Amino acid sequence: MVNIGPVHPSTHGVFRMRATLDGEVIVDLEPVFGYLHRGIEKLAEERTYTGVIPLTDRLDYLASMSNNLAYCLAVEKLARIPVPERAEYLRVIMAELQRIASHLIAVGAFLNDCGAFMTPILYMLREREKILDLFEMVSGQRLTYNYMRVGGVSHDIPDEFLPALKKFVDQMPGFIGEYDQLLAENEILLARAKGVGILPKELAINVSASGPVLRASGVKWDIRRADPYSIYDRFKFDIPTGSVGDCYDRYRVRIQEMRQSVRILKQAMDQLPSGEVRSEVPHLIRPPVGEAYGHIEAPKGELGFYLVSDNSIAPYRFHIRAPSLINLTALRDMIIGWKVADAIIIFGSIDICMGEVDR
Amino acid sequence: MAMLTLSPDWPGGYWLHWGVFVVIILVFVMAMIMGFIYLERRGVGRFQVRLGPNRAGPFGVLQPVADAIKVLLKEDIIPAAGDKWVHWLAPVVAFVPVLMLFAVVPFQDGALLADLNIGILYVVAVSSISVVGIFMAGWGSNNKFSLLGAMRAVAQEVSYEIPLVLSIIGVVLISGSLSLNEMVKAQSIPFILLQPLGFLIYFVGALAEINRSPFDLLEADSEIVAGYHTEYSGMKFALFYLVEYAEALAISAIITTLFLGGWRGPVLPPFLWFLIKVVGVFFVIFWIRSTIPRIRVDQLMAFAWKCLLPLALINLLITGIEVLVLPAALPWTIIFVNLAIMVVLILLWSKFFQLGGGRVEV
Repeated sequence: MVNIGPVHPSTHGVFRMRATLDGEVIVDLEPVFGYLHRGIEKLAEERTYTGVIPLTDRLDYLASMSNNLAYCLAVEKLARIPVPERAEYLRVIMAELQRIASHLIAVGAFLNDCGAFMTPILYMLREREKILDLFEMVSGQRLTYNYMRVGGVSHDIPDEFLPALKKFVDQMPGFIGEYDQLLAENEILLARAKGVGILPKELAINVSASGPVLRASGVKWDIRRADPYSIYDRFKFDIPTGSVGDCYDRYRVRIQEMRQSVRILKQAMDQLPSGEVRSEVPHLIRPPVGEAYGHIEAPKGELGFYLVSDNSIAPYRFHIRAPSLINLTALRDMIIGWKVADAIIIFGSIDICMGEVDR
Repeated sequence: MAMLTLSPDWPGGYWLHWGVFVVIILVFVMAMIMGFIYLERRGVGRFQVRLGPNRAGPFGVLQPVADAIKVLLKEDIIPAAGDKWVHWLAPVVAFVPVLMLFAVVPFQDGALLADLNIGILYVVAVSSISVVGIFMAGWGSNNKFSLLGAMRAVAQEVSYEIPLVLSIIGVVLISGSLSLNEMVKAQSIPFILLQPLGFLIYFVGALAEINRSPFDLLEADSEIVAGYHTEYSGMKFALFYLVEYAEALAISAIITTLFLGGWRGPVLPPFLWFLIKVVGVFFVIFWIRSTIPRIRVDQLMAFAWKCLLPLALINLLITGIEVLVLPAALPWTIIFVNLAIMVVLILLWSKFFQLGGGRVEV
């Protein structure tokens, strides 16, 4: 019996795996979480609808923009608030940049778990830094952006944003090629990741996995296509899927999604209209009595916010469908029978963020 | 070094030689380790698009010194439930054999502590003692991660010893001597050309022997925290750190001696040639470290027994035939034949060799 975590170099936060070992082979595994529980869902019920947005930043802190977007969509649905055209485009640009940034961390951390001594992740952090610079231009923050608002975004973009974004979009495919050149066909990586930690299609659907984890298992399910929110129906992009559902597929799917995000960014940049970025919204939003569920394809999977309104200034009930947590429920089935070293990379390939798992 | 050979008849000469070389080796090893640590940290920094240490002293050259001071001042912790004596002895048991290796490495012609006529046998014997120290560390710490690391260490180092030794025998056959100094003298052509396959096997085996990436399983930080030295702090941790680099230095020196022509080389003084080659080999070692992912424990064993061992045996067979049948053959023919054989064998193995098992039914 070994406790892998809660404080361990590869648990990506404070997560504990109670593993029963037979030599190096894992015969039983019990995931233990809750170390980072902050009661965000309860806290949100005590705040105004606008005041909740900074809280959502702190869910998946590697993808704050996506969290903001999902929450704002839910409130807009609940209170039936329109969003100006330009704001929709800005939201898509931010969400796709955020997807690239989050996938960079996911892939880098995965390769680091495979033992590629920091080099890939540092290459990827270099590009993530550029995205953070872009976010800093628009929001002044580098981690918890608090950029989107109910009915739009908080500010219009500064003048230097678009040239910088254009430069980034032009460079990024080259950088992705560089990552592939470094390790994609590496013999050791193939031996380590191919066929390891297979999540079969049926199981993936049954645990209601989503995001790259689901798509790597061969299910072509992407909320941007299945239930187009915002203006995603206007963009051309492919949904990359894997074939087997092993760690290698999950890694490849993320790399390809980055390429698709760059594609979306290009289109959004070209079509970006001028105009308002925020519709007229009262300071204290009092949505009519009712309930709403807003969901988006966050980098890690389907991120949903379920809100119940009693016509007061705060949500009556606030629930988060956290993709990290739900993807994590398949962990035990994937890990059992593999070795300690595999357990680490399987866990890494799910790409979780403890801020979102424990909320 | 001229003074060392000045009076072979003087009875005190033996002890003088002994004393001087012990000091030289200690200074050499310590200085080189400091240099290696600095070199690796700066070099890996470059590989990883960052600067590396650059604050302590000019270009950060004093960083190893600063690290050493910091580590010396740290509290020395022994786990409450650990085996105190084993825990205490382990770093020493691991460190001393590595230092002993340098006794037979020729820095230049005849400049070595003891020109044993069984030099390479001594190297193989002594270098395998370190694993005892590592296992003691894992056992004495009373920590599960340490124990996992120690178990991996024993399996790994015992397995890789065999292809390692078999690949050395090829060199021994050609040079006709077990003394490292004689081996260098025999290398009018560096043995890396005559024994390309042997060199590759030795290099890979040596990487596993000294626990460097991609075989750094016993301290795999992303899996088992820090492996056998998880519970070590302060000076004892520093000793393990030194062992790691001293082993890398020793292996670089031995590869230089066995395959790269040791201190031989044109123009520059022999000692400088030796240094250049050692640093070159070390550069390749940390280049690999900063690029390649880690291999899994069962794949590691499969690689040793199913890939390296047969290749080493075939290499030995071919070398034996060449030495017996074609003693006077032109070296260039042999070089060509051996290179061709190496390429064919490696292609064959890469096509048919499968790395280790998959899921275990439980």
